[in-house]
Amino acid sequence: MGKQVIIAISREYGSGGHHIAELLAQRFELPLYDHKLLDHIAEEKGMDLSKLKKYDEGLRKPFMHRQVRGMSNSPEEIVAEMQFEFIRGKADAGESFIVVGRNAETVLKGCEGLVTFFVLGNREEKLARIMEVRQMSEDVAKIALLRHDRERKAYHNHYSKMKWGDSRNYSMCINSSVLGLEATADIMEQFVREKMKEHQAQ
Amino acid sequence: MAQVLAVVIFVVMFVMIIMEKFEKHYITLTCAALTLLFVFGLGMHSFTAVEETLNVRSIFTTEFWHVAGEAKESSSGINWATILFLAGMMIMVEGMARVGFFRWLCMRIAKMVHYKTLSIFITFMIMSFVLAMFIDSITVILFLAAVTIELARLLKFDMVPMIMAEIFCANLGGSATMCGDPPNIIIGTALGYSFADFLTNTGLIAVVALIITLVFFYFSFRKRLMKGGEKVDLSVMPDPKSAILDGKGFVISTIIFVVTVVLLVTHGSTGLTVATIGVFVAVVTLITTAIVAGKKGIQEIIHGVDYKTLLFFTGLFVVVGGLEQTGILEIIAEAIQNVSGGNAYLMVAIIIWVSAIASAFIDNIPFAATMVPVINTLSAATGVPLATLAWALAMGTDIGGSATPIGASANVVGTATAAKAGHPISWGEYCKHAVPATCIALAISTIMIFMRYI
Repeated sequence: MGKQVIIAISREYGSGGHHIAELLAQRFELPLYDHKLLDHIAEEKGMDLSKLKKYDEGLRKPFMHRQVRGMSNSPEEIVAEMQFEFIRGKADAGESFIVVGRNAETVLKGCEGLVTFFVLGNREEKLARIMEVRQMSEDVAKIALLRHDRERKAYHNHYSKMKWGDSRNYSMCINSSVLGLEATADIMEQFVREKMKEHQAQ
Repeated sequence: MAQVLAVVIFVVMFVMIIMEKFEKHYITLTCAALTLLFVFGLGMHSFTAVEETLNVRSIFTTEFWHVAGEAKESSSGINWATILFLAGMMIMVEGMARVGFFRWLCMRIAKMVHYKTLSIFITFMIMSFVLAMFIDSITVILFLAAVTIELARLLKFDMVPMIMAEIFCANLGGSATMCGDPPNIIIGTALGYSFADFLTNTGLIAVVALIITLVFFYFSFRKRLMKGGEKVDLSVMPDPKSAILDGKGFVISTIIFVVTVVLLVTHGSTGLTVATIGVFVAVVTLITTAIVAGKKGIQEIIHGVDYKTLLFFTGLFVVVGGLEQTGILEIIAEAIQNVSGGNAYLMVAIIIWVSAIASAFIDNIPFAATMVPVINTLSAATGVPLATLAWALAMGTDIGGSATPIGASANVVGTATAAKAGHPISWGEYCKHAVPATCIALAISTIMIFMRYI
């Protein structure tokens, strides 16, 4: 593959961003780091995965934790920092990979081969997809959509100065509802290949 | 007008500290500037109040450095003795950490008890208590928890109970001496008590509480600790000597530590104040480090000094000075007097338990700094000996912080270290063991103060 390429995908709940990441991982033959990233961390450091999982992409509970000399005892923040360190380590080691969520576009900012995406979608399409994939009723899907996006936004904004979904923070923002997941993945693939060409030429 | 402003600034400061949106020292320094400007300037039109609160003049008096009789700092305004002493101890501790003293001590003790899990559990609790008597509990837990994690991985035992017990004992050890916990330094320097005064009063209570809580933690955690313990090849254990990073520096640091302890224990009779001891320790540590390790060693020590805490204290004293100068603290003292009806038992119980409950959720340093002038007024008004109230305040603020994961700095550092090692400790798990242990220690403190002083 030549020079390092890192694809960081942020996504709205139900937009199919994760599925697109899987498609791109197949096409570029790259490892995909998503919620299973903790599996790698737990395995590498000999930790109990179940103890870490419940804090993944979670929000620090207000007034329940404190910071002393830069050390926070919020498990949510510690688990997040572990994941940031993990992807930073992979990037520093020159590895190419795709990462979903985990504030990767902020954490890896400055990496030469980094391409960042924000995948959004129309509400109707997102609801339909959530109902289909998660086997939920419309009412439950509506609540899930609202809750997940609220949590992702809060998580992102806690660790990043730029706001979640702010187009200035990403290489490309794309609405997956317009062309569907496959065609959206095609465009993103093309975008990455162009970026790689430019990167190789340097 | 000045009173309202002083209270508003104080409350805003407290809320901002809890919210952690900004670093603590920025908050207290900004609030200090507001106190000087609005409370003393606009509200009171009093330059004397500014002078008294900044308290700079006290540094240039002989009594600040050496006292012939009973030592007594002015309780009003910035307590420079506390700040100088803390700075000196920070420099000494950084010097000890640089040469690997703490890791060596932990590994040496683990080797001494032949790496038996329950023996490590008991000895580390005692070590945590003893070290925290002289060194800040954050440093004690930073090193102790790191070694506990290392040993837990090698010996395959559950690190969580051990770290929780170490945290509790560090807080308890801090209550035993004047320099163990910041509230005690504030109480001691403001009210004129010596290291020996603390040792023979709060120290005795802390030792009794330690014995009882050792038994409590032993029975609470015994099964959990025994579960994972495996026989290991002792030859694979790290050699304690490998922890020493600079042999010469190690010997010098140990000597400085011992001399400091001697100076602290005897300062009541030598007349040297804690400010003098702090400056002496800092100068000796820096000179010897310069000789042994050169400029790099000095830079390492200076870099490690927690100057933010020193600035936090400076700002805090000014804000509390605002409350004192405007008479707010006298109103609080009167309220306690009215509630207790002048009954000494009730007064002591209120001070211990209210201080403890407050310290379990909020920073105990601003609380203690606020309460010192309050107990001073209370003692003068009711005739209850000041020392009795001072010991009650010290035990309440020091021990109360143990109850929750956010109650004291050592708890935050300990639980953060455990979580980083893959063992997050939830509030439920923490409080399940820490709350009963805290209640036991507080009950012992209350009973002993009742029996001994009233």
